[in-house]
Amino acid sequence: MERPDWAPPGIDITVPSVARMYDHYLGGSHNFEVDREAARKAMEFMPGLPKIMQANRAFMRRAVRFSVDEGITQFLDIGSGIPTFGNVHEVARRAHEGARVVYVDHDPVAVAHSRAVLEGNDQAAAAYADLRKPRDILGSSEVKALLDLDRPVALLLVAILHFVEDAYDPYAAVAELRDALAPGSLIAVTHASYEGIPVPQEQADGTVGVYRDIRTPLIMRSRLEIARFFEGYDMVEPGLVPMPHWRADTELAEEDPWSFSGFAGVGRKR
Amino acid sequence: MSAEPDGPEDRLRRFATIWSRALYPVTATSLTRPEFESQLLPLARQLRQDLAERVFRAADCEAVGAALVATHCTEPEALSRTLDVVDAYLVLYCGEEAEPDEAGRAGGVGEREELRARCSRIQHAVAAGFARALRERTRAEQEAISRAALEARGTVAEALHASEARFRAVFHGAAIGIGIADLEGTVLEVNDALIRMFGGLEHQLRGRNVAEWTHPDDSPHVWKLYEELVRGDREHYRVEKAFYRPDGTVLWTNLTVSLLRDADGVPQYQLALMEDTTERRLLNLRLRYEATHDALTGLPNRTLFFERLEKALAAGESARFGLCYLDLDGFKTVNDSLGHAAGDRLLVEVADRLQSCATAPGEMVARLGGDEFVALTTGPDTEHEVDELAGRIMHALSTPIRVEGRELTVRGSIGIVEGPAAERGAAEVLRSADITMYRAKHAGGNRYELADPEADARAITRHGLTTALPVALERGEFFIEYQPLVHLGDGSVRGAEALVRWLHPQHGVISPDRFIPLAEHTGLIVPLGRWVLEESVRQARTWEAVTGADQAGLPLRVNVNLSPCQLTHPGLVSDTVEILERAGLAPGALCLEVTESALIGADDDLLKPLRRLAEMGVDIALDDFGTGYSNLANLRRLPVSVLKLDRAFTQGMQHFPADPVDLKIVEGIVSLAHSLDLAVTVEGVETGAQADQLRELGCDTAQGWYYARPGPPDRLHELALADAT
Repeated sequence: MERPDWAPPGIDITVPSVARMYDHYLGGSHNFEVDREAARKAMEFMPGLPKIMQANRAFMRRAVRFSVDEGITQFLDIGSGIPTFGNVHEVARRAHEGARVVYVDHDPVAVAHSRAVLEGNDQAAAAYADLRKPRDILGSSEVKALLDLDRPVALLLVAILHFVEDAYDPYAAVAELRDALAPGSLIAVTHASYEGIPVPQEQADGTVGVYRDIRTPLIMRSRLEIARFFEGYDMVEPGLVPMPHWRADTELAEEDPWSFSGFAGVGRKR
Repeated sequence: MSAEPDGPEDRLRRFATIWSRALYPVTATSLTRPEFESQLLPLARQLRQDLAERVFRAADCEAVGAALVATHCTEPEALSRTLDVVDAYLVLYCGEEAEPDEAGRAGGVGEREELRARCSRIQHAVAAGFARALRERTRAEQEAISRAALEARGTVAEALHASEARFRAVFHGAAIGIGIADLEGTVLEVNDALIRMFGGLEHQLRGRNVAEWTHPDDSPHVWKLYEELVRGDREHYRVEKAFYRPDGTVLWTNLTVSLLRDADGVPQYQLALMEDTTERRLLNLRLRYEATHDALTGLPNRTLFFERLEKALAAGESARFGLCYLDLDGFKTVNDSLGHAAGDRLLVEVADRLQSCATAPGEMVARLGGDEFVALTTGPDTEHEVDELAGRIMHALSTPIRVEGRELTVRGSIGIVEGPAAERGAAEVLRSADITMYRAKHAGGNRYELADPEADARAITRHGLTTALPVALERGEFFIEYQPLVHLGDGSVRGAEALVRWLHPQHGVISPDRFIPLAEHTGLIVPLGRWVLEESVRQARTWEAVTGADQAGLPLRVNVNLSPCQLTHPGLVSDTVEILERAGLAPGALCLEVTESALIGADDDLLKPLRRLAEMGVDIALDDFGTGYSNLANLRRLPVSVLKLDRAFTQGMQHFPADPVDLKIVEGIVSLAHSLDLAVTVEGVETGAQADQLRELGCDTAQGWYYARPGPPDRLHELALADAT
């Protein structure tokens, strides 16, 4: 029997969580041994995973700053995971005092932790919802309280779309979100891909296998497939590129080779 | 902020750059390397100060280690690299500023040693500070994530609780009965609706085993499906099933059972959904009962009887059946005289009595409608049993029935059909029984007859004709032939007798002997007779018009037969008058023939219409005279003007010499008739010798084959014309 929508999934901390694995990659301790165990296994095939995560964080930081420069001070960060450091609300607040941020995750532990971190903050909140059900996100009390959808919003989909299988039609979900946003809104996407990974695909497949085993399949998409998420948006320069290439503020020579794995891009809604 | 090249500030920055380049690859920071360097710069400054301080302050150095952790340098490698950088470059880039004076620098081996030692202590303190901060941070984060996990669990538990509460509400509030049992059949959970269905006691259900709920009406596959389900070979099934409630009453349900599996697909429980169909079923049974039983008597009706009969006839080669078809004699009279309510009460009593006659297994009684009942037996020896059954029925009817204070003697006619099943269809059997019943009725009623095929065949024709008669009149299947009446004196045609015929679509022309009695019996004779009269009168008028007035005032007359039924019909006179008037025919051109037997014992009431007709000028002929009890004395009072001698008298004159006795009788009758001023017509004249004899005897008119057979009206006209010339 299908579990009804209003019954939440159980919390099983014996099952690795991608949010906590992400925290581990970034040197955090917001994780349990199962998470670290899975992360170590994934790193056996792709030792540079932490650098990829770091590049994601760095891209997000640049994208947030770019958004504020563009005059956008509302942020919807879907798949926000465990807040560690350099979070969107911190980066955004530093760039603009009145910035408002809604974090969304479907990992109840991540949401609980986010809420603890954001306690007393009336400009940021965490919503428990799933990217696969955009209506839940848009209808959440957090979005309603903090975001004015009649004005442009920066939608952050950083390192999240590659966890949505085609069967759940991530394109439709992204399109639904786009349709709810005001023209001029921005979408910032990073996505895993075999392109740019400094090891052979067969080796990278080992990592894909680890994620499959923990029932959070990692969907590697081609650049073309990733570009399709920007339907209805005009690509912001320099387009869909490896993460360090996107409006870099340092010399590329200093970048770790792993950080060029996958793609990043920002689009502006027409 | 610019610094003097190779000045102290510039050297400090260079140290920070080296440090940041060493650390950056092992940090997780999202800062750029230059940003990261700018974060290290104050720490470098602190280290330079620690190197220069006269008194070593460990806490300051430890703060640098802690600050590293704060900038997210949490990898052990970050500490190792920091210590390497401090060890190799701190004194080198920051040592000069640390020296107290220029002099010391020149002679500086001792000082240098001191700086090295200080640097070493700085490293120890930074390491300790880093380790402590990392430990604190790790603990804090572990605590935070554990708290978050707990929190989330709490939230989930709350949501689960809410969801379970909702499920419980659905479970218990559902109108449908829901029960959960384990795979051994032990009932674990039941909802309120289910408890109510079973009579309201929960403990009667919970803990019981599903397998105990057998019911005699369970079809075998009910439990086969159950076994398949608990074995895991079937996901669900749906059946109609009866249960005994604890109080012994029966609960009928639409039962759907589903197998519940766990997340790994292993069967865990069985879920039963039950809908109480007891009332619906009762209603259906009631509707079925009403559809198959007679509302008045409560007996099975025609529908149910046909079902049973068909079943009996389909019972196989060796099976036999016996059927009694009962029709009450004279029931119509009861209805007409005592009213329908009394008739109904009589039927109810008859039904009760019949019911008591057929109590053995395989026997049934049904009411087909009206006063027609059937009794069926399918016992082992139907040949004998059906006789007994008919006997019992006759006996049961023999006691008078008391209705509205009157003792009514009820009699019935029974047609019996007995024989092997599988030879005939139900409809055929019933028809045979019906025909046989009519045979019993025609034989006087109050008896039973056994069907036999020959009698059936005859009766079927009779039966068929009877039912076809009314339609035949509508469809114009009747026609009239005319047999001339010839004046014996001059051989002229004086008229004709109208004789009705039936051109049956299947049987061809049927003579009146066969259908007039049927028409009399059914009452159709009245409209048929009226039609004949109309046609004949119209024909007579046609003849009159054709022959014209030049026929010496002697128009062709037409003789029409009147049946006894018509005689008593109140509209006889008025109808006749109307028909004559409408056709414009003089009453004298019409002669109505009435049989002698119809007038035997006739009272004045019966004769009154005839008298009135006679007074109007219509001739009345006494037909078939001499065959009945010819009451000669009575002749005087009858309003007749013609005697028609039966053919029996003329038969003896067909040959020469004629029978002298016949001659004497006819002579006597003619003489008597003439003395009463009656004309004499003879029928059945077939030879010239007969005609001569009869002429000599003084008969007035004759008809018979010698002159002409009955034929179409035109032929008569031709004869008449021929005669005239």
